[in-house]
Amino acid sequence: MKKTIHSPMAGTIWKIVKAPGDSVDYGDTVAILESMKMEIPIEADNTGTITAFCVKEGEVVDDGTPIAELS
Amino acid sequence: MDPYDKLKAKQAWALDGGRHSDKGAKLLEGKVFVRDRLRLLLDEEPEFEDGLLAGSEKGVPADAVVTVIGKVGGRKVAVIANDISSKAGSWGYQTFIKITRFQELAFSLKIPLVYLVDSAGARIDEQKLCYLGRRAWGNIFYNQVKFSGAVPQLCVLFGPSPAGAAYVPALCDTTVMVDKKATAYLASPRMVRMAIGEDVTDEQLGGARMHCTFSGLGDVLVHSDEEGIAVAKRYLAYFPSSYLEQPTVAPAAAKAAPPDLTQIIPPDQAQPYDVKLLIDALADDDSVLEIKPLFAKEIVTSFVRLGGRPVGIVANNSKVKGGVLFNDSSDKAARFIWLCSAFNIPLLFLQDISGYMIGTSVEKTGIIRHGAKLLSAVCEATVPRISVMVRKAYGGGYLAMSGAPTNPDAMLALPTAMPALVGPEAAINALFFNQIAELPEAERPAYIAAKRAEYAADIDVFSAAADPMAVEAVIHPNRLRDELIRRFEAYARKTPAQFEKRNPVHPV
Repeated sequence: MKKTIHSPMAGTIWKIVKAPGDSVDYGDTVAILESMKMEIPIEADNTGTITAFCVKEGEVVDDGTPIAELS
Repeated sequence: MDPYDKLKAKQAWALDGGRHSDKGAKLLEGKVFVRDRLRLLLDEEPEFEDGLLAGSEKGVPADAVVTVIGKVGGRKVAVIANDISSKAGSWGYQTFIKITRFQELAFSLKIPLVYLVDSAGARIDEQKLCYLGRRAWGNIFYNQVKFSGAVPQLCVLFGPSPAGAAYVPALCDTTVMVDKKATAYLASPRMVRMAIGEDVTDEQLGGARMHCTFSGLGDVLVHSDEEGIAVAKRYLAYFPSSYLEQPTVAPAAAKAAPPDLTQIIPPDQAQPYDVKLLIDALADDDSVLEIKPLFAKEIVTSFVRLGGRPVGIVANNSKVKGGVLFNDSSDKAARFIWLCSAFNIPLLFLQDISGYMIGTSVEKTGIIRHGAKLLSAVCEATVPRISVMVRKAYGGGYLAMSGAPTNPDAMLALPTAMPALVGPEAAINALFFNQIAELPEAERPAYIAAKRAEYAADIDVFSAAADPMAVEAVIHPNRLRDELIRRFEAYARKTPAQFEKRNPVHPV
């Protein structure tokens, strides 16, 4: 089943810290969002293996924008 | 029959509820029987019970609700407990009479009301007597509202509480919900499917986890009936019996090995950390009860003890969404402040806030309106109130977190504090927009960096501390706990200012 990690809020993707193929657990940081002068970790809310990132570094995202897909 | 034997038989029948009927036993599966819930909650057997024989004429033990006075932690409480095994805990005529009379009794005795809810809701076949008139089910909610802020009202939701009954948890100060058992919704999945064509389960529509995570109706999610009651007992210990009394001060419980707070708070303002570690470090040993831990997690609201004294903490958590204030976090904090202020529980704010969230999404959903609600709650609070600038204290967020202009008893700062209307990035962009634009592109980054450094030095906490109207004291984090204990002890002596008016027109 496909699972998606979403952005918790609006901001800019500052860093992607995992890569496709990496396995993640609940609470693992997959990317860091820059928003409201803070570096905000985007955490996995599920377990699985990252199949793809839906965003690039520097991309502007909104609340709920898909960040990564897990299998 | 001998009248004494008759009494004995009738009492025994009523005390047994419906647990020996097939239907009652099925409804009790995986649950604790109402009388056993009372045993878990109360220090001893109930002191007295009203209306045990209600409903006996129609064959419904106690008319599906048990109303007793008993003691929790040595203090009297009034308990209204539905019996799911008796007619599914539903509300009939005598049920609502028992409930409302007990609410009125608790208010007249000025003791807390505990609702142990597990009910199928109103009985449609008794609606004629109970729905429309001045003495009807709706009086339950009327009483809850009238007595709100006078006596603590706590709900533990063990099972269903559908439709109108869903307002019982909603109108309580706090609601504990048992995971996978508690539900609350205005209309059942069956009615939802019929009326709007949506196909959902009980759990998705109004389950405990949903309410504790998304709707905010639930305050504490627990995993069993026993845990729910244990939380209720801990919760009540922070509260006085009514607004006329002060909370009980317990013996102080300092930690055996005080943690080093400089290791908890990152000096880099952009680096998130979990403020719960700071709360735990400041509080008495094993004294933290977090309210709404799963909802709007960017703000933390917890009851703690500081030197034995109950205190309500409101803290920005930079670990979640940067600690920025959103609509839900404003609601969460405002309600917690109202609750503490109603029952004489002092407030402590831990500021690390870069502001309210900005952008179209939050403006459309009313961030200004919700933010005003928090600001209103802070300004209206009449209990001792201390605010600590831990790190960032920017703009409207600083005010909402009980900044100096909202007149707290003390505004303290840690050396890591950074108070400003806006942060260096936004300030330089606003102040030097034209100058930056006129520079050749290659020279811009160096210019911006220099200006930001200059600005950052200017919003240093020590320049703020030079103004005694802004900051009462700058404190080393490892001395903060003792400072707070001394100050709260002193401020407990103050008499709140009284204003002549009916009520504020609350922004909600």
